[in-house]
Amino acid sequence: MRIYYMTEQPYVPALKQHSGSLRVNLPNRVCDPQITGDLLHRYYDEYALCDELGLDIMLNEHHATATCLSSAVAIPAAILARETKRARLLILGYPISHRPDPLRAAEEIALIDVISRGRLELGLVKGVPYETAASNLNPVRIMDRFWESHDFLLKALSSHDEPFNWEGEFFHYRNVNVWPRVAQNPYPPIWVTTASKGNAIEIAKRGHNIATMGTGYASKSVYDAYKQTYRELSRPAPGPEKFAYLGFLAVAATEAEARARAEKMASYPRTAQTVFAPFKNPPGFLSIDDNARMLSGKAAPRTLTKDGRGIDPSTCSVQDLIDAGMMFCGTPDQVYRQITEFSDAIGGFANLLLMGQAWELNHAETVDNITLLAKEVLPRWQEYRPSAAAEELQAVARVG
Amino acid sequence: MDRQIDISGTRIEVIERGAGPPLLFLHPGIGIAPDSAVLNMLAERFHVLAPSHPGFGESGLASDTSTVEDLAYHYLDFMKRLDVRDVRLVGVGLGGWIAAEIAVMNSSRLSQLVLANSVGIKVGDRETRDIVDIFAITKEDLASRSYHDPNAARRDLGALSHEQRRIIARNWESTARFGWSPYMHNPKLRGRLQRLDVPTLILWGESDRIVSVDYGRALCKAIPGARFELIPSAGHYPHIEQPARFAQAILDFAGEGRHETRTASPADTLSP
Repeated sequence: MRIYYMTEQPYVPALKQHSGSLRVNLPNRVCDPQITGDLLHRYYDEYALCDELGLDIMLNEHHATATCLSSAVAIPAAILARETKRARLLILGYPISHRPDPLRAAEEIALIDVISRGRLELGLVKGVPYETAASNLNPVRIMDRFWESHDFLLKALSSHDEPFNWEGEFFHYRNVNVWPRVAQNPYPPIWVTTASKGNAIEIAKRGHNIATMGTGYASKSVYDAYKQTYRELSRPAPGPEKFAYLGFLAVAATEAEARARAEKMASYPRTAQTVFAPFKNPPGFLSIDDNARMLSGKAAPRTLTKDGRGIDPSTCSVQDLIDAGMMFCGTPDQVYRQITEFSDAIGGFANLLLMGQAWELNHAETVDNITLLAKEVLPRWQEYRPSAAAEELQAVARVG
Repeated sequence: MDRQIDISGTRIEVIERGAGPPLLFLHPGIGIAPDSAVLNMLAERFHVLAPSHPGFGESGLASDTSTVEDLAYHYLDFMKRLDVRDVRLVGVGLGGWIAAEIAVMNSSRLSQLVLANSVGIKVGDRETRDIVDIFAITKEDLASRSYHDPNAARRDLGALSHEQRRIIARNWESTARFGWSPYMHNPKLRGRLQRLDVPTLILWGESDRIVSVDYGRALCKAIPGARFELIPSAGHYPHIEQPARFAQAILDFAGEGRHETRTASPADTLSP
């Protein structure tokens, strides 16, 4: 049972400096290098605090955006591989669909794993639609490129006896020989994010960890597709350690204070779609049928509350976010109860990923958020066993 | 009469109209409608064949079809399969690019080439975008840049069936599939156009703000002996906005005949 803390490392002043688009076409003249340096040092300090307090660390990257100053996740991961001592370092993720050179990705990953003495957790992601503009890789067939990159990457990390050759549809290499080799055997645990049942099946087939992000109670059907695939393959049921969920965290000594923090953090979901419209849905990113439904203006909401109410993250209230399982907010007692009730409702996960800093949540507030999480929530979370998993164990025991 | 044809394992839908010399019409990225007025006008003189490209409309798509070059090979197979000769090859927009690639590869079944508001070549320097990035502008901007009269483009998408919306979504996706990068062109095509040995007419909707008239003139200049003709009151899709003028220009060009504008090659002068 682990808790990974993360921040997207936002360029905070941009929240009030954009003209309707925080991503892709917001010119970088609004980015002050002095402020950026200060912010990055602050965020790395907050990550170092997580390491000291027993939390694990999650990092990600985005491109051409004020929402995330981490434009190359290998760099903060490498810094923290050296600066931290014990935390697992989860990259979630490494957007391999948008990387033209998976060999370079393999080299970065192996190097980080070695520097961290085998503490890397490797999440591979399709990436959000807006990354397409920055990578210029064709969004049509993005998942075909993702899986070829995935296959190459794992082979590159796990091949040690002789250089190998790769002549695929998307990538060509000869004499692949990754130095230094990765520390963990055969490679760091692999995670993949998804919001779709189809991808959940592919992830399950490969036995990777599955992570859902901000999909609330809709996560259950994704988890179920993963479990069903294990059953169809006659494998033992996957334990909660195979599942991860990312939500927001606003915890404080009093509920009122937590709500005030949550209100600041709610700017994140409210501005997630603050991007020039043409970059929101590049061709091929969604299926033809999904795009046909969008043309009709009747697309199904992605985020649902426990009672099936659709949430529009761009206009939602803090209460909406709590109801949807997107945000855990309140005193440590309240937060722990919300998290475990949510986990039990969607089928049980052992990897709790928490965005504990977003937009204008300042350093002092973030430190308090992290400290309460580590001291008041983490010890209880380490003792928690998802009820769904417990039921499955009992079922196995009865059959046995 | 419309039909489905199997070309090397890919099922293709073809609109077929009229009788006479064959005319192969290659549609732009938005596809081709069966009730398209221009096809009926051309059908008065020609046997019109207007297929949907692989990946467009309801045509199939082989997994290894991913470039405009693949589409050009597909149409060489198409013409061979139907055994059509002396073909008038007409392409608009993306279809013009495909047509130019076909003519560069093998013009033995072609009698004339007509490229309308065609993409496909690089004209400016490396920091100049010759063709507006249709994937980086709003749908409203796209419509206003594409048509002389944007009101003509307005459609109530909510009134369409799911199948009709699927075709719109599929055409948009396939336009990106074939034109994403290098964006809407083949860097080598401009140089290869000097190989063209088919009488060529370049038609250009004067109000096109996706691909400019200057781009059209540069395309014309790259093709030996090509003639340039503007179509007023039309944008990127002159066959839709000015079907009568578009069809008449093709009919007039056909009247000029293949041999009148063809320059003699050295081989022609060597009698056995």
